[in-house]
Amino acid sequence: MLSAITFLPLLGAIIILFLPNDNAIKRFAILWSIIPLALATVAWVVFPTWPEFTMMNGSWCSPEINAASLEYYLGECIPWIPALGIQYHVGIDGISMPLIWLTTLLTTLSLFYSARNISTRVKEFFALFLLLETGMLGVFVSLDLFLFYIFWEIGLVPMYFLIGIWGHEQDRPQYAAIKFFLYTLAGSVFMLLAIIALYLFSTPNTFDIPLLTATRDNSVWAKDVLISTAAFIGFFLAFAIKMPLFPFHTWLPDAHTAAPTAGSVVLAGILLKLGGYGFIRILLPMFPGTFNSFAIGIGALAVISIVYGSLVAMAQTDFKRLVAYSSVNHMGFVVLGFAAAAALTNEQLINPELGNYFNSGATAINGAVLAMFTHGVITGGLFFLVGMLYERTHTRELAQFGGFMATVPIYGGLLLLTAFASLGLPGLAGFVGEFLVLRGSYTTLTLLTFIAVIGVIFTAAYFLWRVVQKVLLGKADEKWVNLPDLRGYEVLTLVPLAVLMIVIGIYPNWILDTINAATEVILKTMASV
Amino acid sequence: MVQNFTLLIPLFPLLAFAIIALLTRSRNRLSAWIAILGVILALALSLGVFLEALAEGAELAVNPFYGAPIVWYPYGTATVNFGWLVDPMGSAMLFMVPTVCLMIFIYSVAYMRHSHTGKDGHTIHEDDPRYARFFALISLFTGSMLLLVISSNLLQFFIAWEIMGFCSYALIGFWSFRGLKEHHIDDAQVGRARAASIKAFLTTRVGDVLLMTGMILLFITVGTLDFTQMFSPDGLNNMLLGEPPIGALQWPTLIALLIFGGTVAKSAQFPLHIWLPDAMEGPTPVSALIHAATMVSAGIFLVIRMYPLFVFDSQTGGFSMQTVALIGGFTAIFAAVLGLAQNDIKRVLAFSTVSQLGYMLAALGIGAFVAGSFHLITHAFFKALLFLAAGAVIHAVGTNDMLKMGGLWRKMPITFLTFLIGALALMGIFPFAGFWSKDEILLEALRLGFFSESGAAPLVQFVFISLATAAFITALYTGRQLFLTFFGKPRDQHFYDHAHESPVTIWVPLAILALFTTVIGFWNTPFAPAFTGYVGEAGLVGLPVPFEHHAFDQLALISIFVSLGIAFGGLFVAYFIYGFRPVGAGQPDPLERLGIIYRALASKFWLDELYGYKINLDGTARAGLLVRFVGLLSRFSYWFDRTIVDGLVNLVGWFGRIMARLWGWFDKHVIDAIVNGSGSVTGEIAGWWRTMQTGNVQNYALIAVAGAMAFAILFLLRSFT
Repeated sequence: MLSAITFLPLLGAIIILFLPNDNAIKRFAILWSIIPLALATVAWVVFPTWPEFTMMNGSWCSPEINAASLEYYLGECIPWIPALGIQYHVGIDGISMPLIWLTTLLTTLSLFYSARNISTRVKEFFALFLLLETGMLGVFVSLDLFLFYIFWEIGLVPMYFLIGIWGHEQDRPQYAAIKFFLYTLAGSVFMLLAIIALYLFSTPNTFDIPLLTATRDNSVWAKDVLISTAAFIGFFLAFAIKMPLFPFHTWLPDAHTAAPTAGSVVLAGILLKLGGYGFIRILLPMFPGTFNSFAIGIGALAVISIVYGSLVAMAQTDFKRLVAYSSVNHMGFVVLGFAAAAALTNEQLINPELGNYFNSGATAINGAVLAMFTHGVITGGLFFLVGMLYERTHTRELAQFGGFMATVPIYGGLLLLTAFASLGLPGLAGFVGEFLVLRGSYTTLTLLTFIAVIGVIFTAAYFLWRVVQKVLLGKADEKWVNLPDLRGYEVLTLVPLAVLMIVIGIYPNWILDTINAATEVILKTMASV
Repeated sequence: MVQNFTLLIPLFPLLAFAIIALLTRSRNRLSAWIAILGVILALALSLGVFLEALAEGAELAVNPFYGAPIVWYPYGTATVNFGWLVDPMGSAMLFMVPTVCLMIFIYSVAYMRHSHTGKDGHTIHEDDPRYARFFALISLFTGSMLLLVISSNLLQFFIAWEIMGFCSYALIGFWSFRGLKEHHIDDAQVGRARAASIKAFLTTRVGDVLLMTGMILLFITVGTLDFTQMFSPDGLNNMLLGEPPIGALQWPTLIALLIFGGTVAKSAQFPLHIWLPDAMEGPTPVSALIHAATMVSAGIFLVIRMYPLFVFDSQTGGFSMQTVALIGGFTAIFAAVLGLAQNDIKRVLAFSTVSQLGYMLAALGIGAFVAGSFHLITHAFFKALLFLAAGAVIHAVGTNDMLKMGGLWRKMPITFLTFLIGALALMGIFPFAGFWSKDEILLEALRLGFFSESGAAPLVQFVFISLATAAFITALYTGRQLFLTFFGKPRDQHFYDHAHESPVTIWVPLAILALFTTVIGFWNTPFAPAFTGYVGEAGLVGLPVPFEHHAFDQLALISIFVSLGIAFGGLFVAYFIYGFRPVGAGQPDPLERLGIIYRALASKFWLDELYGYKINLDGTARAGLLVRFVGLLSRFSYWFDRTIVDGLVNLVGWFGRIMARLWGWFDKHVIDAIVNGSGSVTGEIAGWWRTMQTGNVQNYALIAVAGAMAFAILFLLRSFT
């Protein structure tokens, strides 16, 4: 099942290479991308109710690995390079499930939107996009570090081309693409080092994430402070750059601004989440002790990202760049949540008398994971909206706009909804994750959280003052008198996202229930007995 | 029975909002009727719950209607549940909110039609271009307020609270944009509405953040946000377990003050009152909604809901209640003074709201729970009445400026009469609603401040003096408003000719509200205190101690005469200045003779210039010092980001390129010269380095792997040595 979800896009990309004309390619790509979406939906709805899926029923791997992977659903495990102990090992839990679903959803929406807007080098665009999907899905399903790394890098290449080839000429797409690529690559090199270190200092030598986690407390790599610290830093750098966390964020505004609309959507919606996913899948369960000693420092970086990101966003005059910086602002909350969970001491994790701490940690992680999901939905929506405006006006300068609430009311309504969801209005999706992170973080990182709260005010300020006021309010301009409102396909692109924003905001239990199940497991594995 | 359906109450207006927004947007009348139907259904169900609650009597306070069946989210091994909670004060709100809202909705049907003179000179009546949108938003507003009133959980309360914040933003800014062919508003209005809406949202956001912080700390220290569990015997005591946060400040004090921060912003108390006067840029029914039934009442209701926390803090030695009393008492007189120098008929009312909310908080702060609560209910009725009547005047005359009105009672007698009733209630004149509730507050302050068995309390004495003075000023500015608007000679003939009596859908809601204003006070007279028995006799959830109540005594009688004397005194002074010799056309307000004091009042003590946002009549806005500072900080951050943070990144990149070039040079001129003949090797190395600049992707991956291997070998070596 997971292999099908992951590799179907790749197969689609290959098929596209043999398709004759642009229209066929577009139609095929959209329809094809619905298959993984449907499969992911089925996986989410069905798998927790079928207990046999929790077993490793697709495993040809060693019993140790199987025993360590009991908490993962839909597992598949095949020895790949036995000499090096490398497995093709995939499996999901309540944290990867929503992210996989979001990936397939945003891909379908992006392809659907791009079918109307991409006219140059169609074959390459759609093939690369599907390849990108495989890369991203692969990261979320991998339970083997080697596999994880390969998928991590696979995602990089198509994105590089998407920015470089289909980017907007005036935004220096080549510069942005290379910057994105080299920066992320620099991070991955450190990650590769860390992976190799883990392999070398584990007994038996393995790349398997569940096995490494299970044998953590008896392994050299975790006991030797130097190795675990170095490996932690290696992973951390890769994830922090990807997130991106201050001060590693400067590739992001350039890449986002230059990328074509669908590229920005996926970049913000999914690619940034790979970093966050690394925090929860690797850093927290595998390095709880090291993370604990760095928690305050990382939490501080997160808070800087929140406050500083919102301040910088406030100074933007370019709509797209503003949304890009808002990502720095919002991803700060994700890291803060993880740092807060990491700040829990071992006693707090295992002592049932201190149940409040365990639940606070769970709240923080739940919030951070939900914040990743909702940020994907909301910021994906925002980038679509920016793109739609740009298609019409051929500018992104906020000063050029005004009065669009009157001239294009459907666009106005959707932008208003998305902007308020993004600034964290309760009742909409953005608030829930933010609140949970703050609630979870106050227990362990009190002072930092208090500062982070100030960022909440600034966030509201830049969205209202820069986005809503400049674009929607004011007097309509003669210049835009014939601006057409959203067309059917554009509304159709945004409606699923808008529905998610409202549904999660009103009733988040359905998704948090999934996440919380996995969070409990992770918190328990964090504790060493 | 009906209580089990409490959760459905807010659903009707919310559903109306959804239906209008999604389906009937383009059908104006239909949308209005759907909105009204939503409120009627909510009102019917609310009244059912209210009557059932009344039948339970005071017992309801300790055994409220309660249920929390909805799991909102799980965290670790616990869950947060949402549901409903109705205690006596909650049921009184359930009676007040939908009643007032229904009147406002009906009134809006006609009010949101504008008239203007067409090209051929005839008057054209047409609906506001976004007529349906208006009804959708006020439905959302009403639904959120009802949700807030019945919330069983502080988080649920907070969500409703914030949705209201959005509604107020969207409605204050209802006229903050216009299409090219729309002429119902001018550009200055657009600019003012735009600035005012943002000002309102951001100012209240400051309070929301404080409230959210308080809420989270409460959650952590008490372990729950459910009201009934929170106020259970163990709940609040949990707060004392942990280490106190800052020095001598104990947890209950800190949390109560943070939560009160939400009230200060939402209920426009000093120093966060600055948004409310500018909020007058919204259509008048919105002002009535915000000032009476919803927004600002929510702030007071928060303190009422959390009252056990404040009392608990007070009992354990904290000073949160004193702070509430102090801020309320100060704001009551501060805003009343500012109300004196406003010429906009709605702004006078706005400051009167701020001042009256101060009364309520002062009452709650000194421990007069019932008096404060009752004033919240009565105030809602007469303030809605005043706003709607003022709106009728504005609608008929075409201006907000009282100096351009005068003598209007002849033109619109019904509107005048209803306004008069509201104004008398506001001044606190027998037998209208405000008299009873305000007198009760003054009596309690008098009793607790000067005649308390536990000795004199200077703070309460200050509160009494402040409130009594404010009562005098209230009568003064309300009298000024009456005389300037309805009496004397018309100061602008054009506007006067334009004026006409309101249509029936406008004056009927006015009449109904006037009726309520006349009778509602008798719910709680000193001789027959039914409301006190209902709301105060059994205390509150978690505070099962009856609120102190005194039988009618000498002091109560004295208080009645004192407060009546103050009110008539103020009215008399108003008559002396404005009624005896009416202000003529073009004449300045007699108050302007006060010089610098008048200017300070007219510019609201320059607080906007200090930390707010000054909005000018022509629609331009000027940021205050604090806002400018944030702007500066933001620009500096961006500069820092581009120049320093990204500069470093680019520097590293540049360094790499230089190194590559150096290597290339070295390669060509040194290695090549030395190893003559091995050109193919050098060519490969040079080409390999050159790709660093051209961005050939496969090679980067190669570099990555090679580099990694190199490091891995280093690691290996380290482990073997």
